[in-house]
Amino acid sequence: MTTPAVLVRGLHKKYGELEAVRGIDLDVQSGEIFGFLGPNGAGKSTTIKILCTLAAPTAGQAKVAGFDVVEQRDEVRRHIGLVFQETTLDDYLTAEQNLRFHAELYGIPSATVAPRLQQVMEMVGLWERRASRVQTFSGGMKRRLEIARGLMHSPRVLFLDEPTVGLDPQTRASIWNYIRELKQRETITIFLTTHYMDEAEYCDRIAIMDHGKIVALGTPEALKATVGKDRVAIATADDEAAITALKDTFGIEAAKHEGMVMFPVEKGEQFLPKLFAELGIAIRSVSVARPTLDDVFLAYTGKTIRDSEASAFEQSGMAKFARAARQR
Amino acid sequence: MEGTLATVAVTVPPRSWRSDLRAIRIVWQRDVIRYWRDKPRMLASVLQPVLYLFVFGTGMGAGMRPTGELDLRVFLYPGVMAMSTLFTCFFSAGSIVWDREFGFMREMLVAPVRRYSIVVGKSLGGATAGMVQGVIVLAMGPLVGVHFTPLLVVILLGELAVLSFAITSIGVLVAVKIKSFQAFMALVQIIIMPMFFLSGALFPLRGLPTWLHAATLLDPLTYAVDPMRREVLSHVVDRSMAPGVTWSGWHVPTALELLIVAGTGVVALFFAAIEFGKTE
Repeated sequence: MTTPAVLVRGLHKKYGELEAVRGIDLDVQSGEIFGFLGPNGAGKSTTIKILCTLAAPTAGQAKVAGFDVVEQRDEVRRHIGLVFQETTLDDYLTAEQNLRFHAELYGIPSATVAPRLQQVMEMVGLWERRASRVQTFSGGMKRRLEIARGLMHSPRVLFLDEPTVGLDPQTRASIWNYIRELKQRETITIFLTTHYMDEAEYCDRIAIMDHGKIVALGTPEALKATVGKDRVAIATADDEAAITALKDTFGIEAAKHEGMVMFPVEKGEQFLPKLFAELGIAIRSVSVARPTLDDVFLAYTGKTIRDSEASAFEQSGMAKFARAARQR
Repeated sequence: MEGTLATVAVTVPPRSWRSDLRAIRIVWQRDVIRYWRDKPRMLASVLQPVLYLFVFGTGMGAGMRPTGELDLRVFLYPGVMAMSTLFTCFFSAGSIVWDREFGFMREMLVAPVRRYSIVVGKSLGGATAGMVQGVIVLAMGPLVGVHFTPLLVVILLGELAVLSFAITSIGVLVAVKIKSFQAFMALVQIIIMPMFFLSGALFPLRGLPTWLHAATLLDPLTYAVDPMRREVLSHVVDRSMAPGVTWSGWHVPTALELLIVAGTGVVALFFAAIEFGKTE
């Protein structure tokens, strides 16, 4: 492997008394789609801010595309693309003007601006709308335009902060198509945060951050394997006999739920042939359910991602505001 | 995939003074485009001087004749020009706060350019809007009885340019310090109104009580309004309404006055660039 796209060692960030990031280590390999998950306030945004040179670390080191985020700030900036959670487009300008602004700011050689602009806009399907003002765009179009803009200067690492938040499922799917297509077309590493566990599945590797620390790191498969067994459900000719046979033959405690015999087992798919061969009772149907990333998230942070969103709302001023409004 | 182009690889060259110049230019250009597209604002910016010159100037001049033989509107003309520029420049500088609230600021902050180039670009953008505004008022000259000569127009344009740059720079300094638009608007009122009233835009700076006289000398706008007014009134018989600015009896020359205005702008811009360059 070449230089890691992102390298983090012992990173700390304090805001006064608050310790937002408490010593994290991280390696993201070149060409990976790396997912960064965690409850609100876990320190994800702060970490991304540091990696993007928007905040200085209190202690520790971080390198992006081989450049130090403190010592070689400009180098880092030249080699990263950013798409933030909230829109950073100028609504009053046209799509093309927004991209040209970016090209000028990044000093892209004039001769390559036009062809590159066309390429990135075609990639996100907005070339036909290049002369329209951004204020006429839908949320999904804006996000696509931001991705195109982030790619204008051929960054080595593209940071996507919640790229699909607030979008409808169809648009989310199309954004993910662009992301995957992107990985095939350009030599690029994608570092993203997301709240959607189904999207985290698309990542090559994910890290879960909680209370300023990385609590889990690995491929989605590996992480799911650490939390638990697969859930197997079977329908048989004689369920009671099957439950007894499972206990006697495999030492598995099974139970009947919703008309199926269910039991947890490691590597469910590999267990099936053995089950068919040795159970001795006719099996009519079978299903194996994997643990989901929701289970992983719950196991490592002690809450589901939806719990953590609700508690963040409680802590925020919005909840107080809502209460105050009700009392009036 | 349809219509696939070969991937255009882009290499971003290392940062240099040329890339900073490109950044300044595009930041300026964006502000100019936005100003041009904001027609309601342009309309409002024409209405305000019209009210001061033709409604206030005519009404006040007819009833009270505070300027004797001199048409009050001629007297007000340079003051209104300065006022108009003042307001336009300040609000243009406010786009920094606006950009921050609407997120566009981040696009500029993460770019591989020196932060000062963004501040300078913003300053030039606001100054351009201020100039356009000043020229709109300038064009009203003949309507209030000011006779143009090419020299007068050139001198006024030059003075407007210095004033626009200085005021925008002060506005930019305020804008980079302030994080919310509401706070900026409030602060603008606190800064603009005293600057406007103390500058002599509405009344001649002569025979004032000591405290008021002292206050007018601290207002940078004073040094912009005075040379403009003296230039306009130099073609009129009664010049007593433009007595010039004096420091304990010493007549401040025009060159020094403009230097004070420009210097204020440069200092403000310098501190704005430092403040803006800070990382979290």
